[in-house]
Amino acid sequence: MSGIKNRFVAEHVRGLPRSGIRDFFALVQQMPQAISLGIGEPDFVTPWNIREAAIYSLERGRTSYTDNLGLLALRRTVAEYVEKTFGMSYHGDKEVLIGIGVSEVLDTAMRATLNPGDKVLYHQPCYVSYSPSIQLAGAKPLPVKVHEEHNFALQVEDLEAAWEPGTKALVLNFPTNPTGGVMSREETEKVAKFCIEKDLLVYSDDIYAELTYEGRHVSIASLPGMQERTIFLHGLSKAWAMTGFRIGYACAPQPIIEAMMKVHQYSIMSVSIFTQEAAVEALKRSDDSVARMRDSYHRRRDFLVRRFNEMGLTCHLPRATFYTFPSIACTGMDETSFCQQLLKEEEVAVVPGTAFGHSGAGFVRASFSTSFDKLQIAADRMERFVDRYRK
Amino acid sequence: MVKKILQLLVNGEAVNTAQISAILGAPEADVEAALAELQADKVLLGWRPILHPKVNGGDRVQALIEVKIMPEREGGFNKIAERIARFDQVVTCYLMSGGYDLMVVVTGRNLLEIATFVSEKLSTIDRVQSTATRFMLRCYKESGFLIETQPDEMERPAVSP
Repeated sequence: MSGIKNRFVAEHVRGLPRSGIRDFFALVQQMPQAISLGIGEPDFVTPWNIREAAIYSLERGRTSYTDNLGLLALRRTVAEYVEKTFGMSYHGDKEVLIGIGVSEVLDTAMRATLNPGDKVLYHQPCYVSYSPSIQLAGAKPLPVKVHEEHNFALQVEDLEAAWEPGTKALVLNFPTNPTGGVMSREETEKVAKFCIEKDLLVYSDDIYAELTYEGRHVSIASLPGMQERTIFLHGLSKAWAMTGFRIGYACAPQPIIEAMMKVHQYSIMSVSIFTQEAAVEALKRSDDSVARMRDSYHRRRDFLVRRFNEMGLTCHLPRATFYTFPSIACTGMDETSFCQQLLKEEEVAVVPGTAFGHSGAGFVRASFSTSFDKLQIAADRMERFVDRYRK
Repeated sequence: MVKKILQLLVNGEAVNTAQISAILGAPEADVEAALAELQADKVLLGWRPILHPKVNGGDRVQALIEVKIMPEREGGFNKIAERIARFDQVVTCYLMSGGYDLMVVVTGRNLLEIATFVSEKLSTIDRVQSTATRFMLRCYKESGFLIETQPDEMERPAVSP
């Protein structure tokens, strides 16, 4: 029976690996009492003014489709916000597309721009969807390892080494899930120069930009000569705590947005209207809420990173996101055994670094998107565990 | 550090020096010293828990009293406002703009106790022209905390990408 069912599954999908996160999720689900540092979303509820805007929209009977590109009011608000925050100027009427979170707009962008056989560079460890999305678009992923000694920032030398003839694009996600790594302006400029030299298109996923604790995030799209070759991807899931609203957007030159719109209109049609109206409220009137949540993450980050380093799990300072990425070298264990044993013995869940690509070997991702009380208990338990296995 | 301590206290993220010390990574002694300084400077006026009205006001009554007063040539509203604020029954006292001058929040064991305070103490003060007493019936939010009958339950996956 399973053989028959399997026969109907497309070969390119059959070849895709399951996300390592899913397997680990199944394991953690069996232990509901465990403290989870494996959560990749904010622990805050969406600010009330944003929720209230969604309710107001429904109350007024706003239940129709919207333009395939998205609600015009939201596209124009996005254009204003992007210009104010990142310094790029886009025309809200024709250079912005609203989608169902960054995952969908990234997938749409790749399907709209990649041809079978194209090659796409992406840095690793990284968010779980990049490599599969590249493959689903018929292209070949070319991973580029980022290193702890560079605080997980992408080095142009590594890009040059990974580049192959036929490479069409580069996926950038800074600040990065799972490492919390950021790129300095100088590092980003070097990557931009490389992209121009090699005539690469850039998919820039800047979803964690507002959760930057030190310095200011510079989007590669804002650098000279880059806006024309960059698809700027962003969304409201993280900094606005709106994961369940599923709002992401892409900003790019009009011919690219037009191509993306074709893919989007046949697969998605349009994003639900009341979540789009809530997104307008979020972008216009929620700066204080975003700042409050960022301040809270900031304090928790300082605590968790300090505790990891004190217990011997070397941990670079993530300058953004709500993730830490400590090395587990001092235990002599591999990351999967570490996570399984920690869960079994101390009931604390962290995610193996390899769930984010093989370059994550030797590391685990521990999110600080959980209450301070739980972080304290989790840190105490992890310290006990590390002491037990220290080599 | 003082600014960070105040932020933690105001946000309700830490309730004791050990927690503040753990969050900020500073020795407890330093936190104690900073708190003492804040109290000496009258920045931190006191420590009081914010209780659910069931506990806080279950057997108590609160009223909001609008008071019109005649200001004095020397001292304006301040002298009378300070005099009113000194009563134990007065929880909060603000000078207001608009149709009345002072908003006074008063607490008592029952309606009669508050009525007695208003008629015998507050109204009889020279220069108090009138009072309007509004009793609080139900609390929906207290000092930034929502008083919910049913807590929101969030179904979040324990592990997500």
